[in-house]
Amino acid sequence: MASWLDLVYLLASTLRLSTPLIFACLAGLWAERSGVFDIGLEGKLLISAFAAAVVAGATGSAWAGLAAGIVASILAALVHAYASIDQRADQVVSGTAINIAADGGTALLGNALFSQGGRTPSLSGAERFHDVVLPGADVFSGVPFVGPVYKFLLSGQSPLVYAAFLVAPLTWWALTRTRFGLRLRAVGDNPAAVDTAGVSVRGLRYRALIVCGALCGFGGAYLSVGQAAFFLPHMSAGKGFIALAALVFSNWRPMRALATCLLFGFLDALSTNLQGADVPFVGAVPVQFFQALPYLLTIVLLAGFIGKATPPKAGGRAYVKER
Amino acid sequence: MSVAARLPRWADVALLPAVTVASAFVVAGLVVLAIGQNPLEATRILLVGAFGSWEGLGYTLYYATSFMFAGLAVAVAFHAGLFNIGVDGQAYVAGLGALAVAHALGFLPAPLLATATVLAMAAVAAAYALVPAWLQAKRGSHVVITTIMLNYVASALMGWLLVRVFIEPGQMNAQTSRLPPGSDMPEFWRIASWLGADAPKTPLNLSILLAGLAGVGVWALLWRSRLGFRLRAFGANPAAAHYGGVSSTAITLQAMAISGALASGLAVNAILGQEHRLILDFTAGFGFVGIAVALMGRGHPAGIALAALLFGTLYQGGEELAFDMPSISRDMVVLIQGLVVLFAGAMENAFRGPLAAAIAGFGRAEPPAPTSVAAETRADG
Repeated sequence: MASWLDLVYLLASTLRLSTPLIFACLAGLWAERSGVFDIGLEGKLLISAFAAAVVAGATGSAWAGLAAGIVASILAALVHAYASIDQRADQVVSGTAINIAADGGTALLGNALFSQGGRTPSLSGAERFHDVVLPGADVFSGVPFVGPVYKFLLSGQSPLVYAAFLVAPLTWWALTRTRFGLRLRAVGDNPAAVDTAGVSVRGLRYRALIVCGALCGFGGAYLSVGQAAFFLPHMSAGKGFIALAALVFSNWRPMRALATCLLFGFLDALSTNLQGADVPFVGAVPVQFFQALPYLLTIVLLAGFIGKATPPKAGGRAYVKER
Repeated sequence: MSVAARLPRWADVALLPAVTVASAFVVAGLVVLAIGQNPLEATRILLVGAFGSWEGLGYTLYYATSFMFAGLAVAVAFHAGLFNIGVDGQAYVAGLGALAVAHALGFLPAPLLATATVLAMAAVAAAYALVPAWLQAKRGSHVVITTIMLNYVASALMGWLLVRVFIEPGQMNAQTSRLPPGSDMPEFWRIASWLGADAPKTPLNLSILLAGLAGVGVWALLWRSRLGFRLRAFGANPAAAHYGGVSSTAITLQAMAISGALASGLAVNAILGQEHRLILDFTAGFGFVGIAVALMGRGHPAGIALAALLFGTLYQGGEELAFDMPSISRDMVVLIQGLVVLFAGAMENAFRGPLAAAIAGFGRAEPPAPTSVAAETRADG
């Protein structure tokens, strides 16, 4: 933490590490506010990352890759929707199935297609997303304090990073300021009331899960076509579960979800930065401590020791009309 | 669940799981076809790899032992309505019990030391499972979320301990020094050599007998004991169980403690049976296989034993398959595992309806239940 520039770099890396968390967390938020638990975020991130890398490589276009990632992830979300809405399956079992199948399936297909142990060939040029350079980034970079912030923090990020920061307010707006959002939140708290009003519970939940799939698609594509330039088996590395933790931590609120993901992303960035370094008064903090911190914080929060987590009331249960 | 079609008992116990698992394999076979290999040939290589030699069989049963423990652990919690996703983490920290007791009581003679070590591992895993249990019972945190979180906490904790604290001096790999030999679960080839016979060296060890005992124990617990009845009653209907005098706190703690103790068996098999030291990620994700095994075995120890054997076959045979057909990596097994969870766990009701109709179609078996069918169509609307 020597200089201003180091801090700017740390924050820039926070933005990049938070981006997949923000997409996945908001995806989970859409599902869970509609009353469907989704612990399959991790699997959808992987599926999308794989599809995006393969299609981006085949077509030469990162945007086509992104589209493929979104479609693949939506398909996985529809499997979850069919199982948990139509078949009234245990939503945790269904989500687990998607996580496991995605983990095995992407590695298997990656290996079968490219024979590199599941890794896909490196993407280059237009096959991946490049950093957006805002006008004048170089010209102003000499300005003290503000210059580096503009050049390295506001400018120079992948388009998907900017998209992630747009999705949070959009989600907030859609959930709180539109008729669809009102109904969606109602269906997560009291589906019978929505049903009585003549609105289809099934239709709303399906639509929520499609949005969930699309957002996971963005997050997964960012992993393989934005952040990295290839797909690697298990590359989501638990991000779907950190996003789930962030969702609980943010009490199922979009803007708080954004803030929580930034916090968890910051911890991640910090752990890489502090590796081997001495922290004042504490000495060397093991990197594993930072890895466990989001989960520990969430457990403490869930236990009600700081604040209180109030999930959607009808979450996790299939809706059955009374007979 | 309440409106699902009814099946005759034999179909519910045998036919339905057979059909759901077969569907998972059909889908896996289509994937093999898509990769450009022959699924029948793949199956043949897999079966020969798993059963074609004593060595293969030894590995198959070794894996099956771990899966049996993991499946039983998931199933016991499931019967109490608790989804323990934390089997992997609980088994991982059980290694600490082995480390502490095997060294502290190293002066004990072999069978006693092994017994004490096994018990210590069970105690540590049970204690780790009690954390989410207590949080659910007393603080209302959902056990699914907390067990997932605690898996990662266990992974970070053990990673730190193995890399920084308990690492064998002078070692580059994150592993401890060898545990005192008295804590070993003897491998079968070693037992054979004591008896003067020659057996192929496989990690199959006495833990498999322990797994069998655990299976019988779980059956007796669930269907022949008062605690088991309470546990199942609580799982089936918490409100009714509460009315009947079952304490939700006590039953949640008991179910998770038993589940955690069973999870430690996975660590016993891997650490005391094979590695004889702690290594990074020795659970190898086998705790998650337990979910598929428990669902496929329908929560009954006999079914779980069969399902564990099937997954043991897949893991061992899959290794041979990956060797013979490099385009089908070991990840195939993980995909099948996910498909089994999907079809046997999540989609079961989708198979139930058509099966009931098919059985009724054969006549005389059992008349269709018109009310349930009507209810289903209405509920879908």
